[in-house]
Amino acid sequence: MNEVFIQATNLTVTYGSEPVLVEVDLEVAEGDLLGIVGPSGSGKSTLLKALLGSVAPLSGQVERRAGLTVGLVPQVEHIDWSFPVTVAECVGMARARGWRTPWITRSERAEICEITERLGLGGLEGRHIRDLSGGQQQRVFLARALFTDAKVIFLDEPTSGLDVRTRHEVLHLLGELNEQGLTIVLTTHDLNGIAAHLPRIVCLNTTVIGEGSPNEVLIPDVLERTYGSPMRVLEHGGMRVVVDSPLFLLDEKSA
Amino acid sequence: MSGGAVLAIDFLKPFEFEFFRNGIIVATLAGALCGVVGSYVVLRNMSYIGHGLSHAIFGGYAVAGLLGINLFLGAGAWGLLAALTIGAIVRSRPIGSDAAIGVVTTAAFAFGLVIVQIYGSNGPNADALLFGNVLGVTLADVWLIIGVSICALAFIFLGYRQLLFTTFDAEVAKATGVNTGLIDGLLMVLLSATVISTMNVLGVTLIAASLVVPAVVARMLTDSFPRMLILAGVIGAVSGFVGMNASYHLDVASGPTIVLTSAVFFIVAFAAGVPLRRRIGVAHGAH
Repeated sequence: MNEVFIQATNLTVTYGSEPVLVEVDLEVAEGDLLGIVGPSGSGKSTLLKALLGSVAPLSGQVERRAGLTVGLVPQVEHIDWSFPVTVAECVGMARARGWRTPWITRSERAEICEITERLGLGGLEGRHIRDLSGGQQQRVFLARALFTDAKVIFLDEPTSGLDVRTRHEVLHLLGELNEQGLTIVLTTHDLNGIAAHLPRIVCLNTTVIGEGSPNEVLIPDVLERTYGSPMRVLEHGGMRVVVDSPLFLLDEKSA
Repeated sequence: MSGGAVLAIDFLKPFEFEFFRNGIIVATLAGALCGVVGSYVVLRNMSYIGHGLSHAIFGGYAVAGLLGINLFLGAGAWGLLAALTIGAIVRSRPIGSDAAIGVVTTAAFAFGLVIVQIYGSNGPNADALLFGNVLGVTLADVWLIIGVSICALAFIFLGYRQLLFTTFDAEVAKATGVNTGLIDGLLMVLLSATVISTMNVLGVTLIAASLVVPAVVARMLTDSFPRMLILAGVIGAVSGFVGMNASYHLDVASGPTIVLTSAVFFIVAFAAGVPLRRRIGVAHGAH
């Protein structure tokens, strides 16, 4: 049994009087690669923030292992791409707690180069972050999270806006990092491209609707309760493929 | 005597006067300080707060002058009160911070104008405060700006990465353990101190330009944050020095000449932006 890093118990979060999360129980253990799926407004990002400790719950609690270091990769849509930072500066700012020299030290520079090399960004350290491809941009923020020496990394919609090939690259990279021991929690809208490839999924719509492997969770009943709309699940090459089930198809079936 | 020598004597003549020497030190330091602090203000999309805060603080000057209390303390307290009021309004009512800044700071400014017009000013001349005046610069102003500049440098040196992280990505910075509330609060205190210490030279109405223009010019010239900070400081300092000299020779208020000098930098950077960026640009390789 792997060590539990973060434990959310009976977690309820509201924005004003509006409940965003209601009595959510979730456990993140060492070595997890966990995906949180759900429709827009289902509370995915809020759950991420609550697990990180940046949102205070109305009731319930989030317990984190003492001294646990975490990193967050934000949605690329939230990044100010005109901000004047190079790849190296962007990664280097992450080590900000306590007193640090304003400049990146020689040993830190070596670490940054090692991380960027590992993530396929070698030689791009002096480039402005805007002058990178979508996949490279996503990897810069992953590199920044890794530079904090995080044990757990949270990614908010890491493949949003990426093309299919880049999405596969990011997924492959996350799998590699997880195999190397990094615990990863991500949110995604992408059921087939991302969620179906993860070992563990949580279906969320204000509360946890289902939790388990793709085979256990990607089933019509759980998906309909999560998304509020009927969905069909097909088998393809041993994998689950979720397709929208337009009403006329259902009508045809019932007729 | 050659024309060049006459020109040099003319240029050096104002340096014979103590008030001008004080003024040139304050203007140069004020330009550098505003350039550096303004870089954070601009990158946080808060350009309007510099404008608002300087206007609010004018009200504090007027009230402090009327009550006969220390002008800097009065202005500082007034600025802090304005900032707290803005925060309270934004938290309790569904209006944007830009609207709250607009209401509170212009009301505080108007209150100052009314006080000055009814009771007159026991402090510095109101025109001097509004537009800046080299004659209004005292030795105390020199020491004040030196003190604020040292504090600003110390804050930026010690908290460089926290400031950069919070400015670029506050949510992630907070999630990874940076005390973003403290950093934001200290930056506001530094901004208030910058406005108060540069008011005599730049003038209330033109401080915002000194905060914004050098930072914007620097941003146009580089994609690297540390280079932007240094460039903004240098552009601000040169604008202060040249503008103060121009103020003496043209016999106009110092605030407008300083701002116009930095505006020339903007025009040059705008016109020759691409070749200049190629030269200054970003480093090729890790910093």
